[in-house]
Amino acid sequence: MKDLQLKSQRFRAEREWDWRRLESLLGRVERRSAASLSDEELLAIPVLYRSTLSSLSVARATSLDHSLIDYLESLSTRAYFFVYGARANVRQRLGRFFTETWPAAAKDLWRETLASFLITAVAALVGYLLVAGDSGWFAGLVPGGLVEGRDPTATTAYLKSVLYDGGGKQSGLAVMAAFLFSHNAQIAIFCFALGFAFCLPTVFLLLENGLTLGAFFALYASRGLAFQLGGWLFIHGVTELFAIILGGAAGFRIGWRVAFPGDRSRLDAAAEAGRSAAPVIAGVVLMLIVAGLLEGFARQLITDDIARYAIAGSTLIIWLGYFYLPRRRTSPR
Amino acid sequence: MTAAGARAPRPKPGAAPRTELRQFVTPEGVDLRLRIGSAGERAAAFLLDALFIVLALVALTLLTVFAFNAIGALGAADVKNGLGEAMGIVWLLGAFALRNGYFVLFELSPRAATPGKRIMALRVAARDGGRLTAEAVFARNAMREIEVFLPLTFLLASGLGATDPIGGWLVLLGLIWTGGFALFPLFNRDRLRVGHFVAGTWVVKAPRERLSIDLLDAQGALAADHYAFAPEQVGAYGIKELHVLEDVLRRKDRKTMAAVADRIRAKIGWRPREDETDAAFLAAYYGALRARLETQLLFGRRRKDKFDLG
Repeated sequence: MKDLQLKSQRFRAEREWDWRRLESLLGRVERRSAASLSDEELLAIPVLYRSTLSSLSVARATSLDHSLIDYLESLSTRAYFFVYGARANVRQRLGRFFTETWPAAAKDLWRETLASFLITAVAALVGYLLVAGDSGWFAGLVPGGLVEGRDPTATTAYLKSVLYDGGGKQSGLAVMAAFLFSHNAQIAIFCFALGFAFCLPTVFLLLENGLTLGAFFALYASRGLAFQLGGWLFIHGVTELFAIILGGAAGFRIGWRVAFPGDRSRLDAAAEAGRSAAPVIAGVVLMLIVAGLLEGFARQLITDDIARYAIAGSTLIIWLGYFYLPRRRTSPR
Repeated sequence: MTAAGARAPRPKPGAAPRTELRQFVTPEGVDLRLRIGSAGERAAAFLLDALFIVLALVALTLLTVFAFNAIGALGAADVKNGLGEAMGIVWLLGAFALRNGYFVLFELSPRAATPGKRIMALRVAARDGGRLTAEAVFARNAMREIEVFLPLTFLLASGLGATDPIGGWLVLLGLIWTGGFALFPLFNRDRLRVGHFVAGTWVVKAPRERLSIDLLDAQGALAADHYAFAPEQVGAYGIKELHVLEDVLRRKDRKTMAAVADRIRAKIGWRPREDETDAAFLAAYYGALRARLETQLLFGRRRKDKFDLG
């Protein structure tokens, strides 16, 4: 062994082996996963991380070897992200999402949810009154793509046929359901993202949704089919509308906190709002999958109005209970 | 968790040079001095990711069409219709999963980076030094809707030509409005886009440095005997010059070494011996200078550069 003249050289020679070991362990974790390490190796990482971190402090104070300090900084950073990164396994995290994170986040948004519900309800009422007063409003309120021949000039028989056998075109319904799901989910994510522009675009999206709903009800009510439309719509619509309302609520949370951050900095307030509302949006996508299944299958198979209302009512009770019933905390945190 | 990373004191305008270094203190109290990813690197990473998504989408389309034709050729028309539906569903859901899941899934992996970011040696981190939660990853990627897809929609709308003048103006207004979201990163110091803003994250460099040899091990020990520098000769420079010298020695470019060696010889009044090479002289001087500066360091004196005479 050569005689080492400087303290920094001896310092490096004494610790180099630890650094290399940490580097190789991290390389394996990053290439594959934490599962590829034995328990012993896994437990060694935090210890090696702390010793590397202390090496970094010492090196900064005593060594002038630039490349050594760069190396230690990069190694410590990699190890830091592993040691303090999220490593709970996927199954546990998914479990917690359903038992805790999602309902808690939705419950936390109750004010925004209420506001978003009221906006939709008022818009629906306005849409209903406008079209009921003058059916000319219908074309103005309902986007062309949604009409599919269901406008004030359609015959009552046709309007009724849409409710019970899909307007006579059975094929392609599953594709339609998949399309509607991805479309609606995209809209819900959009609602969330647009909240950033101080809530306004989210309000517009909810208004449009509500107006369309009201306009359709007015059209069917004018033919005495309002009750039947309710069954057709709410069997999946309870879930779908609830999901969209929650999406709007998540958007409101962000917009409101960005506009009025309170005593925190705007940056911190936005980050806090975004993180608290994000699980709701993830959940909304799941709700829309449920809605898509109800729409694609349940609605086609069940044509009895009362049964449809029964399903609609029970989905409403299930969602409300799931989100808002008080529950015991399942984990200490 | 510490919050020091998030609220590093903002330098006064014009006082400090704009730098990519950010203070980031671990719970153990050590500042890791993270470098944030520059706008250019991140744009490159995003374009790579977009390319991968489009390629995957094309592959998915080709695959469904191919499978549809292949299986459809076997069966009757009825079966073919059913198959068409199934393929349509696969495509729709696949496209949805790609658009929304690609970034989220990759950023939840241990490396916290999409393939594009990995290529550019970047990763996502929580700004407060805490762990990168699934909520944060989800929130930051949901925001891509208004940063990427919304401006694109308006751009396409203007490309397809809104023929009436009012429609054209509306599209223009929309483009300006959404362009604000897309260009958000250019208006703040940390190059945060809207998604980072809402999720409390940022993108940092995660280079993988290799441990290179200590220059003193390589040459210093054997050279030191032949070179005896006087104290004032070694005292000519400070740490900044030492680091420049280290770079020069590591790069081993002969022309640069010759030029630097000549500068140093002239500065310290060194008379070269006959068999002396530039490399050997520089290595020896590096060893001597580092030994002196490190000794000073142990006594609590950090000499910044050659002008720092304490």
